[in-house]
Amino acid sequence: MLKPSPSQAIAPPPGPVPAAGSAIEVDGLYFAYDGEWVLEDVHLSIPERTFLAVLGPNGSGKTTLLKLLLGILKPARGRVRVFDKAPELVSERFGYVPQNTNINQSFPVSVGDVVLMGRLGRGLRLRRRTKRDQELVRTALERVGMWSKRDRKMAALSGGERQRVLIARALAVDPRVLFMDEPTASVDAVFQTELYSLLKTLNETMTIVVVSHDLSVLSSYVGAVACVNRKVFYHDSAELTTEMIDRVYHCPVELIAHGFPHRVLRDHRDS
Amino acid sequence: MWSILQLEFMQHALAAGMLAALACGVIGPLVVVNRLVFLAGGVAHAAFGGIGLAFYFGFAPTAGALSFSLVSAMVMGSITSGRRQRSDTIVGVLWAVGMALGVVLIDLTPGYNVDLMSYLFGSILAVPASDLPVMAALDLLIVLVIGLFYRHYLAISYDEEFARVAGVPVRLLYFVLLALIAVSVVMLIRIVGLVLVIALLTIPAYMAEQRTGSLWTMMMVSAALAMVFTIAGLGLAVAANLSSGASIILVAAGCFFLDLVVTRLRQGMGRPSGAAS
Repeated sequence: MLKPSPSQAIAPPPGPVPAAGSAIEVDGLYFAYDGEWVLEDVHLSIPERTFLAVLGPNGSGKTTLLKLLLGILKPARGRVRVFDKAPELVSERFGYVPQNTNINQSFPVSVGDVVLMGRLGRGLRLRRRTKRDQELVRTALERVGMWSKRDRKMAALSGGERQRVLIARALAVDPRVLFMDEPTASVDAVFQTELYSLLKTLNETMTIVVVSHDLSVLSSYVGAVACVNRKVFYHDSAELTTEMIDRVYHCPVELIAHGFPHRVLRDHRDS
Repeated sequence: MWSILQLEFMQHALAAGMLAALACGVIGPLVVVNRLVFLAGGVAHAAFGGIGLAFYFGFAPTAGALSFSLVSAMVMGSITSGRRQRSDTIVGVLWAVGMALGVVLIDLTPGYNVDLMSYLFGSILAVPASDLPVMAALDLLIVLVIGLFYRHYLAISYDEEFARVAGVPVRLLYFVLLALIAVSVVMLIRIVGLVLVIALLTIPAYMAEQRTGSLWTMMMVSAALAMVFTIAGLGLAVAANLSSGASIILVAAGCFFLDLVVTRLRQGMGRPSGAAS
């Protein structure tokens, strides 16, 4: 278990926990944009310390699902529970790496200050940055190999470096759940390998949800896969044998891009 | 030149200019990085409705302008934050409605010949001494709020969604910022008039953004630039007997374009031709 810090402790779920050690529960969730269903009847039960890959073609609703889990979007029907609470009530312990790393590119801010944003905490508390804040910022930047560039302007970084900084910002939160939306979209292959091994280490203490449209994430240490294409199909670790991951990974990416993940994973209708 | 500075109205004008420039330096960068330039313009013009109302009912025009700009800022804010689509249209409509309302109300005010130009284009040379403490108090309010919640404003300006997930009360901070924008706009109407407010909110901030590495240095630099533009514009206005508000804006705009050209030329020299992005 994570050691909750006194200021940010999330009270353990009261009474007997329904699904033992469940981090994320989604029940009959529907979501629509402009009257068109993007997600239909989604049910998920993700145990704590799962490393979940959310896969699906572009426009399948992956990012929408992630934003619903984060509490940024509200479901039209159904509900999301994270540690048995509405996500927006526990989201200060979410590490969120957004998909778009090009937001506000010319914004005058240093790498260190962006990562420090992960230490703001809930509400409008006026507090100076503590030793712990500084340590978490430093550790996070070291983990993504950006500590030496902490004083650089964000605008002066490459796309891949910006992505690393946003990953560090999410780690500085000291999260219980790490949500990443296409974290390898603009990083090079070397860092991608580093990132996956970092995620493996982090997975020992936290739940990880990685959204991806490419299958390379399956070459990492994912423990479960959710295939999204308006409906969501969940494949847990029992299904994900090494051999299967190997097969998925060596299949052409188009397989999933065209919406046929079923050929490599067990047919959804069976489950 | 020194003899001019001995004149009381000139001293008031300079003091008012500095106070307004400070507000503009702190708020302008937030307007620019949060892409609220159009909204700020809308608030400035909608304030004219309040000025008309003040004349019609016979209360202080500044109170009318302040209440109208506060209300319109809140209305525009709730529309733009709720439904992003077409929000610019609604800002544009409120912008025009405020102006039209002001003009009609002044038409209806019996036997009163209002100097519209001073509200549209500023009247820094006519700032009464009694306005200065009010402006100083508003400056203090702006600096205090932004100073105390600087890290929060930095976070929501840089990445609102991340800040929301982290538990920062994004909506509350956003509406407080809109209120501060409304206050600054009313102060700036005194100096350069409601038509020209946008220029003084954006030009110093834009020039500062190119030269600074953090939001707070951007604020300091844009406050300094706004002060320089105000002093230089005021000097130009007095020396050549021109309108003060327009002179200030033209000085600012002149520096802005000069800066753009110099930057372009420098980039052109630094890189092989055709590589400039």
